Amino acid sequence: MLLCPCVRCSHTVEEQWIRRMSEHQSAPEQLAAGKSQARMPVLCSSCSEKRAVLKRPKTGHSLCKACFFWAFEEEVHRTIVAAKLFRPGETVGIAASGGKDSTVLAHVMKLLNERHSYGLELMLISVDEGITGYRDDSLETVKRNQQQYELPLKIVSYEELYGWTMDAIVKQVGLKNNCTFCGVFRRQALDRGAVMLKVDKICTGHNADDVAETVLMNILRGDIARLRRCTAISTASEGDGVVPRCKPLKYAYEKEIVLYAYFKKLDYFSTECIYSPNAYRGYARTFLKDLESIRPSSIMDIIHSGENLSVREGVKMPVQGTCSRCGYISSQALCKSCVLLEGLNRGLPKLGIGKHHRLHEKILSQQPLTEREKRKLKSVDF
Amino acid sequence: MCQVEEEYHEQLERVDTPSASKKCVKCKEELAAVVIRAGDAYCRNCFRESFIHKFRAMLGKTRVIFPGEKVLLAVSGGPSSCSMLSQVQEGVSQNAHKKLRFLPGIVYIDEGGALGQHKEMRQKTTSELCDMFRSTSFPFYILPLEQVLDLPGSVLTPSPPSDQPGSAYKAAVDLFLQSGGSGSDGKAEEQECVSPPAVQESHTRLLQQLIGSAQTLTAKQDLLNTLRQHLLVHTARTRGYSKLMLGDSCTRLAVKLLTSISLGRGAQLAQDTGFSDCRYGDVIVVRPMREYSAKEIAYYNHMFKVPSVVIPNLDTKTADKASIQRLTQSFVTKLQADFPSTVSTIYRTGEKLQTAGGSSSSSSAAEDAQRCVLCVCGLDTAAEEASALQATLISEQLSRSSVPVKPEPHSPVGQCCSSERPCGGSEGASDCCRSSRHPEAIELRSLLCYSCRRTVGDMSSVAHLPQYVLSEAQRRQNRSAMKEQISEFLLDDADENH
Repeated sequence: MLLCPCVRCSHTVEEQWIRRMSEHQSAPEQLAAGKSQARMPVLCSSCSEKRAVLKRPKTGHSLCKACFFWAFEEEVHRTIVAAKLFRPGETVGIAASGGKDSTVLAHVMKLLNERHSYGLELMLISVDEGITGYRDDSLETVKRNQQQYELPLKIVSYEELYGWTMDAIVKQVGLKNNCTFCGVFRRQALDRGAVMLKVDKICTGHNADDVAETVLMNILRGDIARLRRCTAISTASEGDGVVPRCKPLKYAYEKEIVLYAYFKKLDYFSTECIYSPNAYRGYARTFLKDLESIRPSSIMDIIHSGENLSVREGVKMPVQGTCSRCGYISSQALCKSCVLLEGLNRGLPKLGIGKHHRLHEKILSQQPLTEREKRKLKSVDF
Repeated sequence: MCQVEEEYHEQLERVDTPSASKKCVKCKEELAAVVIRAGDAYCRNCFRESFIHKFRAMLGKTRVIFPGEKVLLAVSGGPSSCSMLSQVQEGVSQNAHKKLRFLPGIVYIDEGGALGQHKEMRQKTTSELCDMFRSTSFPFYILPLEQVLDLPGSVLTPSPPSDQPGSAYKAAVDLFLQSGGSGSDGKAEEQECVSPPAVQESHTRLLQQLIGSAQTLTAKQDLLNTLRQHLLVHTARTRGYSKLMLGDSCTRLAVKLLTSISLGRGAQLAQDTGFSDCRYGDVIVVRPMREYSAKEIAYYNHMFKVPSVVIPNLDTKTADKASIQRLTQSFVTKLQADFPSTVSTIYRTGEKLQTAGGSSSSSSAAEDAQRCVLCVCGLDTAAEEASALQATLISEQLSRSSVPVKPEPHSPVGQCCSSERPCGGSEGASDCCRSSRHPEAIELRSLLCYSCRRTVGDMSSVAHLPQYVLSEAQRRQNRSAMKEQISEFLLDDADENH
């Protein structure tokens, strides 16, 4: 559990959010009264009957539990309908990691599937990266979810797909660029799992905070191609071997997901990946959290900005092709995971980090690399 | 014992301090005087040359400024704009190599009223700047921000540009050369200077009320920027200047880019941070200092004694999280310290973006009804299916009462919409959701772009906005009401341009 950073109290971060939000709903009344009186119970602004128990981080309204659940679920439903994410009769794989996003996603998808008769067949797909102390615990949560929601489950692991676990990778690569490996491998692992289960679509639990962070990160990294694509709610669906992915929770704030899970008493695993503190994404995340504290609508504002960006003509964009070794989609001759794997297997961990396009042909044709190239690729900074 | 008398036979080993023994990377002869980036050490002359060259190259390759044109330099007193002023001064002077061939003027906007500064403080600053401007012998105008309250509504509508399409640059240069060069320099003209008129107390109070009605510092700063921009454009228009030069440096623009994204101005990014901004039609805003990092400018000003004045801003000496602009600035500066390529990466990303909905040439033909009333950029509030805007409207609607509790006397739409019929489709209908909170805001919201809506939403009362904004909004409202009445008789969709 994420403990309060003050180190003295023993509350978790989520409990503090919820406590603060329940307290806030009575503050305006106190101010209006002038002096301290007995707290007037604030009524829910939606049904105006029951007492409000929380304040929505997204809009600031005070709601009772039932109205909040309804509003949250209805928003996801509207998103799904407006973006035409699913068609009746499809098999949908829910990418489940055991964390709060995927647990809430599984719960809401099952609920909406029944309530609005989507006609979907749902299953859970989980990826085992091989991080001791983090992933094996969260996988237990996924197995419990499977029993609670009565959905079939498939677990794919890095070990069986690539022959490497994240722990082994970090030993070779170090603590700085390992998120690249994990992310690239996981994407392919999800697709492989989806093909094995024969699903038509995958849905992931990316929330509004994730999308906003990604927009910021792509600007900081100067990745114009990703910047254009990252606010799309679903990926392109052509090509075989490619299962389209979508984000039904795209407009749900992370804090609201926590509130939902807390009040519904959903069972989830909440620890950060032990390798994540040094990731570059951490900077974007801190910035986003600060922005949210200044103006809560910033998250939606950033997503709105990202959706309205347009790229000038004449800017070079990558073209989608296929990897010549494994057949997966790729914009280069070799797909990223093949390059990364090659680097790991040869003991040259920096092969996938940075731009070494010219070396791809050498690798493809199995030519040996020169000593100088080898030295450059081997250097790892911890 | 003291070892002064001793002599050492061998040379003492000295640690090789890189800066002392490094040669300039450009001329490779002289010792380096300044290191801009890691590995880029220049001597004084090479640095000066490259600095000046960058400025000329910026103006030259974009070919936006025509010879003989009147260009207004907006100087804020800070290092960046004073550096720009000194570059222009050098470039226009007689003995410059390849003289710059436009006619500059200077404008300074005194914002002391909005910041609550004392009269003496304001006068001191303006007199310092007055002396600086006088020495340049360009015409200069010093205006208090209070004048923004008296602007006409035409400031908010883009005027058609004077006929100077881009392809005619070569022709304009030839024409200029044929006419024997600029006619007006060489003569000791009467330097036109407009000193600040006596500012009325009531105006200052109105201005402070306006800024004070914005409840967050973010909204205050946004509003102040908008007002300043309007006054600059108005000055340029009335005095016959067709170009306005701003002194934004690369660092400042990178911060501005991130801030714009955070405020929801993604659609207007190219105009906010690009080299040329055509949203006002006849006055084009250019940013020639956009390739200089703040560090370079600081070094140059220090080494070549460019004068500048320190003038406080709304967010001076505030905490990091006081406003979005302040937070972004500290974020970028801190990140730049750890990753030195941050600012240039952000800048390059911004360069690759363009205004949503086509190039800027089509924007001048757009109806003014499609423009935001405050920032004069195209509206980006068409709530399409599955967009962030639509999601926000739905959330608002779902969190509000679905059953009317008591009749709201001042809401013209009456009962709020029921939950079955989503009213999150168009902006007009969505206003009824907010009617109970801001009755006057109904008129304004549909005329504003996404981020200006947020700014105005942070204001306690819209009535404090300057008269020209409110009357322009009223005018557009009337026009669209008129258009609705006669819509069935109009043959074309497009209205004629004003």
